[in-house]
Amino acid sequence: MTALAWLDGTPGVNPRAPIARAHPVAKLAAALLFSLGLVLSVDVVSAGLCLALELVALPWCGLSPGALWHRAWVVLVAAVPAGVATALFGASDTPMESGLAITLRVMAIALPGVVLLATTDPTDLADALAQKLRLPARFVLSALAAMRLFGVLAEEWSALTMARRARGIGGGGPVSRLRDLAGRLFALLVLAIRRGAVLATTMESRGFGTDRPRTWARPSRYRLADAVLVLVAVMMVVVSVGVAVRLGTWNPLWR
Amino acid sequence: MVAGQPVAVVARGWGWRYATRHAWAVRGLDLDVAAGERVLLLGASGSGKSTLLAGLAGLLDRGTGADAGTGEEEGRLLLDGVPARAARNGAIASGQARTGLLLQDPLSQTVSARCGDDVAFGLENHAVPPTEIWPRVEAALQGVGFPYGLRHPTSRLSGGERQRLALAGVLALRPGLLLLDEPTSMLDPDGARLLREQVDRVVAATGATCLIVEHRIDLWTDLIDRVVVLGAGAGVVADTSPAALLGEDAQVSAGLGIWLPTVSGASARPPRATEDGPVLLAARDLAVRRAPAAPVAVQGIDLEVIGGRTLCVVGPNGSGKTSLALALAGLLAPSAGSVRAGAALDPPGHRAEPHRWHARDLVRRIGTVFQEPQHQFVASTCADELAVGPRRIGLAEAEVQARVSELLGRLRLAHLARANPFTLSGGEQRRLSVATVLATRPRVIVVDEPTFGQDPGTWAELVDLLGQERASGCGIVAVTHDETLVQALADDVLRLGRAARPDPVSERAVIVR
Repeated sequence: MTALAWLDGTPGVNPRAPIARAHPVAKLAAALLFSLGLVLSVDVVSAGLCLALELVALPWCGLSPGALWHRAWVVLVAAVPAGVATALFGASDTPMESGLAITLRVMAIALPGVVLLATTDPTDLADALAQKLRLPARFVLSALAAMRLFGVLAEEWSALTMARRARGIGGGGPVSRLRDLAGRLFALLVLAIRRGAVLATTMESRGFGTDRPRTWARPSRYRLADAVLVLVAVMMVVVSVGVAVRLGTWNPLWR
Repeated sequence: MVAGQPVAVVARGWGWRYATRHAWAVRGLDLDVAAGERVLLLGASGSGKSTLLAGLAGLLDRGTGADAGTGEEEGRLLLDGVPARAARNGAIASGQARTGLLLQDPLSQTVSARCGDDVAFGLENHAVPPTEIWPRVEAALQGVGFPYGLRHPTSRLSGGERQRLALAGVLALRPGLLLLDEPTSMLDPDGARLLREQVDRVVAATGATCLIVEHRIDLWTDLIDRVVVLGAGAGVVADTSPAALLGEDAQVSAGLGIWLPTVSGASARPPRATEDGPVLLAARDLAVRRAPAAPVAVQGIDLEVIGGRTLCVVGPNGSGKTSLALALAGLLAPSAGSVRAGAALDPPGHRAEPHRWHARDLVRRIGTVFQEPQHQFVASTCADELAVGPRRIGLAEAEVQARVSELLGRLRLAHLARANPFTLSGGEQRRLSVATVLATRPRVIVVDEPTFGQDPGTWAELVDLLGQERASGCGIVAVTHDETLVQALADDVLRLGRAARPDPVSERAVIVR
């Protein structure tokens, strides 16, 4: 069963879009393909074409432009300075072009990752990793359960902040702010360890943590559409690299 | 619902010492519980009740050979004649759980993001075939009267709902021995009653053996047929019937610090000043959100906090009581409307809105006691904890020490002056957190569920203490589920309706004078 509740409430995300509902492993494979195709060469054509093709595929990803921007602006923050630094300090003969190539490359590699994370329910991802990629269930499920605690800890953090203000702590100069931050972090750590211990006890009391084989209530299955997604990703990378080679801009790292 | 066979429990000279501790958590325990028996376990904190339940659940690992395990065991602890740890491992192998454990803290017992997955988790671990899992999950959720579907996100559940979900996760395993470790102590009265009714129904249907650790004994008296009292390091110190505990054996119960239904908290109302003081805080058309993106927790509030009066804010979970209190206390900014300090509160500078004040100015005027005392502890000894506020507002050290020793005496904490606040008992932590607020002598005191989980002695002390502050002219705001506290202390009552989550509340709150 594909339960989609986790993403249903997320504004700007349509978990039923063709790419969004693909198998997490297929999405992961597609994202890795783009990375692989793009780290081999630093040139404007392959990166630019790849990014353009990704943007063409975007309407099928189930992410609204607003939702995409909300998650992807950080990538721009990293990609633009990386390009500027390359243009200013790189040893290239064509600094502007190298800089642009770097910026486009970072964006083209990051975009599929953003889509993967934004449209994949962590539970489905864990199911897929454990059942299809055979990662150890103990590890995957512990990590998944720990994610539940993050939400709780976020609430604890705001409660701690208010509780300390109520004691007259906070405000003042940078030194006292830093001390206050350290105090809050320590208190949060103590609370996190206590909650983690209770969660571990709960999980063990329900039979978790032995080496015996377990069953899966949500069988993770590949569909035909998943193969299509991977195939399309392969074609997009091949086209991008092929055009670059044809135009003579392909500039592999080993040359 | 089909269940595993009811389990018989035998302990013979059983003891457990955690590897990280010197002292034994339990030692010399001899106990026989027949299959199907329902036992209430009592005992002061530190008597090893939780350790016993963990041991019965098979979670204590003494290791084998080179594997050191997590502690040292002595004597025997048997489920139907099988050592508890081996019984657990055998149960996982066979796919039929023997024990089910429900703990106290609802927030820490949620494993999955979706309700159905959470209940399925234990079944998966017991290698139940997937085709059987979902019918059992649905049956378990129905069994606890769970109002949401399989896909409902667990993050949107209230504490009571989470606890019922955890119970469903336990019941889906159809255990023959139910282990309940203070399952209702963090729930509001309605949530606690509901959980008890569901345990009643399940036990009646399955005949499972039941071991319950709980302080609110009145809640469970109809269900249990035996009361066992553990002493610290002393094994069983009393083994009696519920009737005996409630009647003849009053000496035993009095020493245990438990609530008996016969003990009424409603003592005489503490005296108050003859005349009302000035308006200290005024809220106008106030609305509050917990975070900028969060739904409106409460809205349309008009109220005044008046010197010498107590305002009790009551209402079900999710009605926004705590959010309202935080806004009145200057800890949350209003999302609409305003909270303004009256001239009598001497607002610093020209700022009447408490949420704009510097923390130092706030703590001198408004004191807030959080529901969870540990959120507010910032020092390593009780004496230092009390000195934090007075030092922050710049009092001379002699005056700081004078206030600290006065409060230590007044709240019976003098013998704990050097103790670490985190090591105190629940009642002591509550008294300390109230004392820290009184140390800066604020004119407004905001308390959130001050009597939650407290024994009768601490309860009476808190009422006295708040009464004294009121008589000296303080305005008090108390958020509470405790109707007895309302009867004892309230001058004004604000009743909030249930918010239609996740949309804003539509009802307008009414003050009853």
